Amino acid sequence: MDINTAQALIRFGLGRRGEEPLPADPHAWLLAQLRAPDPARIEPRPTVAEGLAALRDDRANKPPPGQSLAGALFKAQSAAELANALTTPAPFRERLVWFWTNHFTVSRRRGEVTPLVAAFIEDAIRPHVTGRFDDMLLAVMRHPAMLLYLDNAGSVGPNSPAGTRGHRGLNENLARECLELHTVSPLAGYSQADVTEFAKVLTGWSVERRTEPFGFRFRPEAHEPGAQTVMQQRFPPSEAGGVAALHFLAAHPATCRFLATKLVCHFVADTPPPDAVRRIEGVLRDTRGDLGAAAAALVSLDAARQLNTKLRTPQEYVVAGVRMLDIPAEQIPNLAGIAGGLGQPLWSAPAPNGWPDKAADWAGPEAMMRRIDWAQGFAGRIGTSDPVELAQANLGPLLRPATLDAMHHAGSRRDAFTLLLTSPEFQRR
Amino acid sequence: MNTFLSRRSALLGLTAAVTLGRASLAVAAAPGDHRFVVVIMRGAMDGLSAVVPYGDPALHTLRGEIVPPAPNQPDGLLDLGGFYGLHPALAEFHGLYQAGELRPIHAVAGSYRVRSHFEAQDYLESGADHRMTSGWLNRAVAAMPRSGGVRPEGDVLALGVSVPLLLRGAATVGSWAPHGFGTPAADLYAAIAALNQPDPLTGPAIAEGLRARGFSQSVMTAGDPAPKDRNAFPALAKAAGELLAAPDGPRIAALEIDGWDTHTAQANRMTGPLKQLDAGMAALKAALGPVWKQTVVLTMTEFGRTVRVNGTKGTDHGTATVAFVLGGAVAGGRVQATWPGLGAGKLFEDRDLAPTLDLRSVAKGLLAQHLGLGDAALAQVFPGSGSAQPSLGMLRV
Repeated sequence: MDINTAQALIRFGLGRRGEEPLPADPHAWLLAQLRAPDPARIEPRPTVAEGLAALRDDRANKPPPGQSLAGALFKAQSAAELANALTTPAPFRERLVWFWTNHFTVSRRRGEVTPLVAAFIEDAIRPHVTGRFDDMLLAVMRHPAMLLYLDNAGSVGPNSPAGTRGHRGLNENLARECLELHTVSPLAGYSQADVTEFAKVLTGWSVERRTEPFGFRFRPEAHEPGAQTVMQQRFPPSEAGGVAALHFLAAHPATCRFLATKLVCHFVADTPPPDAVRRIEGVLRDTRGDLGAAAAALVSLDAARQLNTKLRTPQEYVVAGVRMLDIPAEQIPNLAGIAGGLGQPLWSAPAPNGWPDKAADWAGPEAMMRRIDWAQGFAGRIGTSDPVELAQANLGPLLRPATLDAMHHAGSRRDAFTLLLTSPEFQRR
Repeated sequence: MNTFLSRRSALLGLTAAVTLGRASLAVAAAPGDHRFVVVIMRGAMDGLSAVVPYGDPALHTLRGEIVPPAPNQPDGLLDLGGFYGLHPALAEFHGLYQAGELRPIHAVAGSYRVRSHFEAQDYLESGADHRMTSGWLNRAVAAMPRSGGVRPEGDVLALGVSVPLLLRGAATVGSWAPHGFGTPAADLYAAIAALNQPDPLTGPAIAEGLRARGFSQSVMTAGDPAPKDRNAFPALAKAAGELLAAPDGPRIAALEIDGWDTHTAQANRMTGPLKQLDAGMAALKAALGPVWKQTVVLTMTEFGRTVRVNGTKGTDHGTATVAFVLGGAVAGGRVQATWPGLGAGKLFEDRDLAPTLDLRSVAKGLLAQHLGLGDAALAQVFPGSGSAQPSLGMLRV
């Protein structure tokens, strides 16, 4: 394995799977994943309708803790998503799905979101990771998971028919996070007035939970009348005004800068090199938000050739470890729970800004000890594989002589594999 | 087979077994109440430190700096009859020996002559000098004569988080581990910390994590088990005993204990694993209660260690070592060995204790006399082992 292959498999992928053939041209292999259709088959395909049905059932039947339909759905769906990650032939694409899922965080910490996260990923994220950012943004903002997670489903324009007769009013949560976390970011220098006006633009963007068709529903009776001004742009009332506002925000130069910074931070370095950010920002601007073009440009960055600057998150770490032994998902009960034990329960980020993306955030002493403990337990599954061969096949030129030497001197195959799993070169990417 | 049957019949009180017809023959020949436990000591236990041939005149010349004091001196060897002495950390073993329930077997080795841990452990467990996908104990279970049907829970149990190669194969194997079992031994923690030390982020984090968990640098370099880990093996052995003692529980179990790879500071590093082994077997006996009388334990390791001390007061990978056979059914109170000697010209490749007994002979003898395997079954369990005839007479008959 040469350094370019290691870069493709580890920095941009999920680690080598078993003895899968190495790509002849690693760069072309990554780009081909962006061009080809997404091979993911999440079975059964999660839907908003079944998620909302589970919420209705749970509300009616009040199951004891741990026995809700919503929780059962979450468990099955998270297992299916991770099973796909273990075997996908397009790991770079999967990493992009993970990146954008975290960018647009919805979390089961808001209970209602629990049975909707998987559908959110399949409906709003996965179809757009090599498409256009404004399409993804629109799909996200119309998705029941996001509308419930950030409280927009119940936001009512104060001067709308529903607002004038009822007790409910404006909820700014989604509007604020959309500006701050999803699009322009505070770099753009917007004001509280912009947040409020944008929240009015989004009034009526709600969820139909009780009758078909289930899912997004624009409720005119809750929509604030009159045009609103957001960041010096006027948007007419109606659903179309909201769509126009999202297109405006998606194309904003501050959005290109913010997204470029996050992409470079995730795929290249905790401290994004300014020229790398400028390059990606330029691609996003010049292509009007083509996320596939941005992903392709990431692969070509000079800065991306400096490997092992990033620490694998618990989710990336566990998946890379299991892929190395190529153990089928059904033989790893509760894979999502393992990542949780290491500090990153799947789809359960504590706040709308998602999981942190810098090494220091994941390298706490107890976090490291938990990795070691998991590694030691998991290493028992090495069977009769040769740990040194595994190390060479998976890390190639990144494997340090010191690690190899320690593995050669380990008292058992399992200990040697534990050393590999806990080595800095395996923990990083 | 007939000798075996009569021995077993007497043992089980089934004096009329042979006359009761085929079904009863099966009962008599089945594992019945016999328990068999194998302890895999990973990392290559130095047999010359566990059972010290202090009567060999060459011993002190070759490795004087790591030999414990003579018997009857403070912290001295526990005498085994004038030539051999048990390491002072094996006090419980000494008690078993005096009760006639411990039989150390010295200068024993597998049929392979490799010095790689991984390869040798594979061969040790698969029972052949090539890689196999099943282990000899699993094949033994599959070949074991049994009374009608398989136990619902299976006959065999692996103690620990994974099933060792020794127990893998066609026969059903259960596994059991206590909650939270399986944190690394102190020396593995130390190796992990050392590998991460150059990393500006993971290095300090792991050092601090270990400190927070109560490790000190001195503990790790001395090779003592971690505070949390000190009772791990005895706890596992106790659980094994409780499970094996249950009337409908498993009859055969395997446990693993590591920490034997003593390349440095061996005099200190070996004490911890030996104490764990010692306490573990005492815990197993206590938990088995009366069933101890029908129990045989075999401890085995992949190879021994060099006779001479290396440059870091440790020893390197060698050849022959010690296997312990213990239990209430064992004819103990003696050391079984054809002693090869340590003097000039007597060492294997001028570095290791020379093997004078094939470990497969020990295992075959136990499987034949304790679990009732016949010659054909033994040939399947240990393929190509024709030259290693079963070593008989290790048990009270």
